[in-house]
Amino acid sequence: MSNIKKDTLCLGDIEFTSRLFTGTGKFASREFITPMLQASGSQMITVALRRVDPGEGKGNILNYIPDSVTLLPNTSGARTAGEAVRIARIAREAGCGKFIKIEVITDMKYLLPDNHETVKATQILAQEGFIVLPYMMPDITVARQLYDAGAAAVMPLGSPIGTNRGLEMKAMIRMIIEASRIPVVVDAGIGRPSQAAEAMEMGADAVLVNTAIATSDDPVLAGKAFSYAVKAGRMAWLSNMADKKVYADASSPLTGFLRK
Amino acid sequence: MSFMKFVNRYESFDFDGYFKSVTTADIQNSLNRNRLEPHDLLNLLSGQALSFLEEMARKAKGITHQYFGRTIGLYAPMYISDYCSNHCTYCGFNAAMDFKRTRLSLAEIEQEAKAISDAGIRHILILTGEAPAKTPMPYLEKAVGVLKKYFSSIALEMFPMDEEMYRVLKKAGADSLTVYQEVYDQRIYKEVHPKGKKSDYHYRLLTPERGARAGFRAVNIGTLFGLGEPMSEAFMACLHARYLEQEFQDVEVSLSLPRMTKARGGIEPKNILTDMGFVQVMLAWRLFMPRIGINISTRESAFFRDKLIHLGATRYSAGSKTDVGGYALKPNDATAQFEVTDTRSVKEISDMIRQSGYQPVFKDWDNF
Repeated sequence: MSNIKKDTLCLGDIEFTSRLFTGTGKFASREFITPMLQASGSQMITVALRRVDPGEGKGNILNYIPDSVTLLPNTSGARTAGEAVRIARIAREAGCGKFIKIEVITDMKYLLPDNHETVKATQILAQEGFIVLPYMMPDITVARQLYDAGAAAVMPLGSPIGTNRGLEMKAMIRMIIEASRIPVVVDAGIGRPSQAAEAMEMGADAVLVNTAIATSDDPVLAGKAFSYAVKAGRMAWLSNMADKKVYADASSPLTGFLRK
Repeated sequence: MSFMKFVNRYESFDFDGYFKSVTTADIQNSLNRNRLEPHDLLNLLSGQALSFLEEMARKAKGITHQYFGRTIGLYAPMYISDYCSNHCTYCGFNAAMDFKRTRLSLAEIEQEAKAISDAGIRHILILTGEAPAKTPMPYLEKAVGVLKKYFSSIALEMFPMDEEMYRVLKKAGADSLTVYQEVYDQRIYKEVHPKGKKSDYHYRLLTPERGARAGFRAVNIGTLFGLGEPMSEAFMACLHARYLEQEFQDVEVSLSLPRMTKARGGIEPKNILTDMGFVQVMLAWRLFMPRIGINISTRESAFFRDKLIHLGATRYSAGSKTDVGGYALKPNDATAQFEVTDTRSVKEISDMIRQSGYQPVFKDWDNF
C-alpha cells in the first residue's frame, strides 16, 4: 500500500506534502487568506506582484501569508516576456523568494496565456536562478520547450481562468502528463473539488485553485473541501485504479466464441 | 477599419422601433445565452427587460464575482488645468464661461499628489481641459513624471491626441487612457459641440484606437448620459467597447456611465437616465461583456453607489475633487467640472466596500 505521507512533491529545494496550491486574489477580504491556508493545508500560494504594496504597512498582502507557506509570486499583468522578467526581478528584490509563476497574457478577453512569450521569459529567468513555474496553454511541444528552457514544472490551464469549467483541456493535459519529465500543475478553470480530484486522478502532480475558493461564501470551508479532493484524487492515482471501461468485463461479445 | 463603420451601420437604425418590438420571450432567450450578440444587448436594454431586472442582476453579480472576485478597485481624479478652448454646451469648463482659470505648477501638482496618495490612493487619473497652448506636451510629460513618484498607475483623461503624442506620454509613465465620446448620436454631437477642435466627431471617436495603438494597457470609454437617447447611447458605447476588445486583444477595455448634472452656465440635461435605467444599462453591459471593467464615479450618490457594488461595478473613484487644486491647494469654492455627490473620504468609501463584503483594491499595477 502506498503511504501518502511519504508522497511528496519536490520543486526547487522544497518538498511539499500538500498538492493543493492556492492564490490570494478575489477574496472579499484579505483576512480570509490565513485561515484558508490553515484549513486547506496548502503550502504554496501565488500572489500577483502588481498587488503588492510595501507602502501599505500592516495591510500588505504578504503579511497574511505565514512563513511556513511558500510564496509563489506571479507576473500577472505582463504582456511581454520583458515585462514578466522585470516583474520577477522586482519580486526577488522585494524578498519574495526565488519561485516565480510566469503569467504572460496578451488576450484580455479570455485571459489565455501567450506561450511564445512565456517560453522566452522562462529561458531568461531560469538562467538567472529562479525556480520557474510557467502558466501555459496545454501544448505538448511547448511543455517540452519549457522543460528545455529550465522550467521547474509546467502549469497548463484546465479551462480559461475564472470560468470554473474544469478540465476542458483534459485530452491535452493527459498527453502532457504522460510526456513531461517535470511536475505538471493544473492551473486555472478548476471550479469544484470534483474537478480537482479528476485532475489528480489523471496523474497531475498538483492543482492550483483560486477563484473557486476565494469567491465562495465560505473560503475557509471551500479550501478544506479542495484539500480533501486533491488528496482523494492523488490516492486514487497512486493506487493505480483501473480506468473506466465502456463495457462490462463479464461479456466478451467479440471474442467470447473462441472460448466456448 | 475603425469603429466609424459601426456608427454608420447603426446611424439609420430604428432603435425606438426595435425596442418596442422586443417580447418577453426574446429577453428570456437572450438571458439564457452564454455569448450575447448585439441584438441580445438591445433586448436587454429594451423597456420590456425592466421586468427581468432581478434575474439580470443575479446573473451579472455571479459573472462579476467569477471574473473580478469580490473586489473593487479604487482611483481618484486629479484636475491639473481647467483652461479650455472648447464650447461643450453642458460643461462647466466651457471656453465661454467666465471664471478664473488655473493651471497647476509642477510643485502644486506634487502637493496635490501627496494629499491624494496620503489618503491611500495608488491609481490616479489626470485631467485637463483642451488648451494645448496652456498645457503643452513638455508640461504634460513633466506632470506625469511628478505623479510617477506617488502613484503606481497613471491614467490620462485629456484632450484627444494623435498616436505619437500618446507614445510620448506613455514613455513618460502613463499607462491608461480615458476618453468619452460624450454622445454617439452625430446630430446631437454637433449640436452640443458647435465649434472648436472637439466638434470633429470622427477624430474623437477614433481616439481610443489611437491610444491602444500607442500601447496603453487600458482604455476606458463611455457616453455622457443626459445628451442622447440613453438606451441607444448605452448600446453604441458597449458595442464600441466590444469592438476595441476584438481589435486590440492586449488592451483592457472598461466602460463608465457618467450621468450629466447641470453645470454652472451649462444646458439642462435632457433624456434623463433614471436610477433604474442606470442599473439596467450596467447589467446589460455586464451580460454582454463578462470581463469588462465598469467604473462608477462620485457623480453618483453615496446611497446609490453602495448598492451598485453588488451589480457588476468593478472600480470606484473615491475622495474625488473635480476642481483644479481641490485636494490640497484651494478652499472648495473653485469652479468644478461637475458636482461630486458622494463626498465621502477614501477611508469612508473603503470601509463601506469592506462592510459590503468586498475588498477595496488600491494597487493593481505598477510602473514595471
